Amino acid sequence: MSILVNKDTKVIVQGFTGGEGTFHAEQCMAYGTDIVGGVTPGKGGQTHLGKPVFNTVKEAVKATGATVSMVFVPPAFVGDAVMEAAAAGIELAVIITEGAPVRDMQAAKAAATKNGMMTIGPNCPGIITADECKIGIMPGNIFKKGNVGLISKSGTLTYEGANQVVNEGYGITTAVGIGGDPIIGLSYKQLLQMFQDDPETEAIVMIGEIGGDLEIQAAQFIKENVTKPVVAFIAGQSAPPGKRMGHAGAIISGSAGTAKEKMDALSAVGVEVVISPAEIGKAVKKVLG
Amino acid sequence: MNIHEYQAKQIFAKYGVPTPRGIIANTPDQAVANAGELGGNIWVVKAQIHAGGRGLGGGVKLAKSKDEVRELATEILGMTLVTHQTGPEGKLVQKVYIEEGADIVDELYLSVVLDRAAEMPIIMASTEGGMDIETVAEKTPEKIIKIAVDPAFGFQGYHGRELVFGLGITDKAEQKKMVNFAKKLYTLYMENDAEMIEINPLIKTGSGDFIALDGKMGFDDSALGRHPDIEDMRDISEEDPDEREASQYGLSYIALDGEIGCMVNGAGLAMGTMDTINYMGGTPANFLDVGGTANAETVAKGFEIILKNPNVKAIFVNIFGGIVRCDRIANGILEATKLVDVNVPVIVRLDGTNADEAAVILKNANIDNVIAATDLGDGAAKAVAAAKGEK
Repeated sequence: MSILVNKDTKVIVQGFTGGEGTFHAEQCMAYGTDIVGGVTPGKGGQTHLGKPVFNTVKEAVKATGATVSMVFVPPAFVGDAVMEAAAAGIELAVIITEGAPVRDMQAAKAAATKNGMMTIGPNCPGIITADECKIGIMPGNIFKKGNVGLISKSGTLTYEGANQVVNEGYGITTAVGIGGDPIIGLSYKQLLQMFQDDPETEAIVMIGEIGGDLEIQAAQFIKENVTKPVVAFIAGQSAPPGKRMGHAGAIISGSAGTAKEKMDALSAVGVEVVISPAEIGKAVKKVLG
Repeated sequence: MNIHEYQAKQIFAKYGVPTPRGIIANTPDQAVANAGELGGNIWVVKAQIHAGGRGLGGGVKLAKSKDEVRELATEILGMTLVTHQTGPEGKLVQKVYIEEGADIVDELYLSVVLDRAAEMPIIMASTEGGMDIETVAEKTPEKIIKIAVDPAFGFQGYHGRELVFGLGITDKAEQKKMVNFAKKLYTLYMENDAEMIEINPLIKTGSGDFIALDGKMGFDDSALGRHPDIEDMRDISEEDPDEREASQYGLSYIALDGEIGCMVNGAGLAMGTMDTINYMGGTPANFLDVGGTANAETVAKGFEIILKNPNVKAIFVNIFGGIVRCDRIANGILEATKLVDVNVPVIVRLDGTNADEAAVILKNANIDNVIAATDLGDGAAKAVAAAKGEK
C-alpha cells in the first residue's frame, strides 16, 4: 500500500519533448514508472522515448487511459496546461515547473477543484512511492521501501529527511513534495488523512517552512484526525522577517508565519517537533520505538 | 518587485483611482519648479524609498512656501532615512515627490493582498487610517474588514456594500465613490499581477472625495515577464547589490549578521542549515541557495559573494546530491577554490548520490582548509567550531 500513486498508475508527461521533460521522463521510466505517453502541441503523432506524443491532453487520455499527468511546461503556460489536464479528466496533476505566476495558479487550482482533479505543486520535486512509481525529479535511489510517509514543502529537505529515515533502518511508503509557492495543490491536511488511512504507513514526517499558515491548519487537523505519530521540522527559525527565503511563499509577513508559531502549534498537539533537520531520523526512531 | 509611491500613483491614475497631483524631482531646483507647476500655496515634500514609516522617520514634510520647498528638498535629498522597515542602516533618498496639499477630513486604510488560506485576493479596509495596520490588527482586530473576491466572478455589488457599511459610510454619494475606488483598485491589482497594494492613508476630503494620499505596490516576480511597463519601473538602487549580483547567476542570496557563511542546494535545506548552525551555538552569515544544479562556476560565485562579507569566519557547504552527483560537486568545489581565494576554513558535507566517491576526491585533494563532514549535524558542529577558531 501507499498513497495516490503505485506501480499500476498510468502517467503522461505534459511538456514531454522539452529538455527537462525528456530527461526526467527517462529517469522516471528507469525507476519503473508506467509512462504511457506525453503531450507536446504540434508534435502529435510522433514517438518520443518509445512512447506516443499527442497534441492535446484529451487525445492522450483517450488513447492511453492515463490518470496522472506530470507537468513540465514553462511557467508562462503552466496555468493553461493544468486547466487542460483538469478538463480532460486527469485525476492528479503533478506540477514540477518553478516560477508560475500566482494569478495563473489561483485560476488553475480553482478549475482543478471544479473538475475534481487533485494537484501537487507547483515548484515541487513531485511524488514517489518507494520501489513502485516516481513522478518527479527526486533521486529515486534514496527512497527505500518502508513504513514512513513524508510530506514536505522543500525538495532537498525531502531527500535529507528520507535519507535519515533510511539510515535509521526504516523506509518510506510515499513521499510527497508539496512545494513552497503561495498557492499549492494538495497540502498537509489532505495528505495527513491519506497517510492516516494507509495501513502500511506507521509514522508521518512533515517538513514545513516559514510563511502562510498551512502548518497551523495541519496542527489542528492532527489533533482531530491523526492517531499515527508525526515528526515535524519547520525550516526558517533563523530567517529574518520580510525577506523571501528562496521559495516564493517562504516569507514572514509582519509577525505572521514564523517558524516558532508553527512549531508551538504542532508541539501543542503532540507532534514530535525537531529544532534541526539533522534530528529527523532520530525522532522517527523515537516515535516508532 | 516593489515600486515607489510616485510610480504606484501613476498606475492608480491610469485606472482612474484618484490621487493628489504630484511631480517627481531629483534636485531642489526641480522640486521648486514642480511646486510652481502644481500651483497653490501648500505642498508636501515626500522622500521616495521602498519602505513604510517615511513620515515618522522625517522623510515627509509640509511646505508653505517655495523657499520652504527648496529647504526641505535640500534636506531630504541625500539623507539616509531610517524607518521601522529599513533596518538600522537606513536607505539613501535619491528622489523626492512634490505633491499638492490635501484637505483631510478623515483617514482610512485600504489594501488588496492575496489571502493564501482563501486562495483569492482580499480587500482589507479600516477606519484607522494612518496607523500601522499590524498594530491595528493586534490591538483592535474588529476594526479591520476583510472581503475576499473570487477572480472567477470578479468584484460584485455585495463586496462594495460590505466595504462601505463596514467603514460606516452613510452618505449615498460617498458610498458610490468608495465602491468605485475599491473596484478600480481590485481591477488594477488583477490586471497587473500585483502581489499587494496598500493605501495608508486613503483620505476623505472636505468635499467628500476619496483620494489615495499614499500608495505602495509590490508585484509577483514570476509574472513580470508579461508586464514590461512595470519591469521598467524597477529601481535597482533600492535592491541589495549582493542579492542582485547573486540572482544574475541563478543564486538566491540574503545577507544575515552572523559569522558562518552557508552554501546549500535548495531553499528549505538552506534554511534548515541556518537553523542547525544556530542550534549548535553558531550564527549564520547568510542564506544562499545555489539551486538544483550546483556546478564549479556557481559554487565559485557563491564563495565570492559569501567572502565579500568581512564577518565570515568559516564556510559550510551543505549539498544533498540528488540528480546531480556528489563526485561532480566535489570536483566543482576543488575547482572553485582555485578560482577564488578562499581564506577561511571550508566545511564540506556532501550526501546523496555518489557521496563516497566525493569523500575520496576531497580527501585526496588534501587542501588544508577544506574539512570533510559526514552529515548535516557533523558539518554544522565542525563549522561552529571552526568559526570559533577551534580545529
